[in-house]
Amino acid sequence: MMRRLIALLSGALFGAGLHVSGMTDTAKVRGFLDFAGAWDPTLAFVMGGAMLPMVFAWRFTRGRKPLTGNTYPAPPRSDITSPLITGSILFGMGWGLVGLCPGPALASITYGGWQGALFLLAMLAGMWAVPPLRRGLDSLKATN
Amino acid sequence: MPVEWIWGLVGGVMIGTAAAVLLLGTGRIMGASGIVGGFVDGTGQDRSTTLSFLFGLIGMPALMTLGGWEVATNATSLPWLLIIGGLCVGIGTRFANGCTSGHGVCGMSRLSMRGFMATVAHIGAGAATVTFVRVGLGL
Repeated sequence: MMRRLIALLSGALFGAGLHVSGMTDTAKVRGFLDFAGAWDPTLAFVMGGAMLPMVFAWRFTRGRKPLTGNTYPAPPRSDITSPLITGSILFGMGWGLVGLCPGPALASITYGGWQGALFLLAMLAGMWAVPPLRRGLDSLKATN
Repeated sequence: MPVEWIWGLVGGVMIGTAAAVLLLGTGRIMGASGIVGGFVDGTGQDRSTTLSFLFGLIGMPALMTLGGWEVATNATSLPWLLIIGGLCVGIGTRFANGCTSGHGVCGMSRLSMRGFMATVAHIGAGAATVTFVRVGLGL
């Protein structure tokens, strides 16, 4: 129960932050990515502001356990793999095309109209397709 | 204009606090694509925690909108753009194991090299795409 309440609080705060910062407005996000046009720096302030509490949170995890649950995440991997880079480039292309990423796509679903719903449906379909896609790619590699 | 980035900073600190609450409270990383992706493809565990998180994430902006704080999404009305964009975001984030919140907010704040590299790729590909769409396609 405690764990679910914490998750609810975190989700609500995440949603409020995305709403307040303007990150559910695709014009602001695409404005940040438009370095060659009328550049909108807002997203940099959002990212910087978001990293601040997390720098301290990560320090606090050392040698401790979370309030609920057993362990903190393992130390970050350091291998730069091709799925990491190609996947991130693919994500960046979709992000630039529409101006939505997964958090804001969810946060704005109640007021984003059919456009938001269509984007979210396509995004969820893409996520759902990845495990079979991965298996297909792996078997292709194995036969070559 | 200055007011807008002050709201960006305020909202950003709220997002970071949300990530800190989830990390210290449950031990989970607040990555939107990981949380919703694991739920969709069935690989995710701890589903009741995920559902509570999603309920807050969707419910809070809905309440704020009802309360009069409205934000326009200004999204394109071209269906093919929305579908291709959504597919790229869905497939890309799952292949890369993270998006702007997981790799960006949670990864870079622990000095993860993968987080930095992913974020550079996000912004680089995003900027190239926005410029191509505006200048190349005239949209």
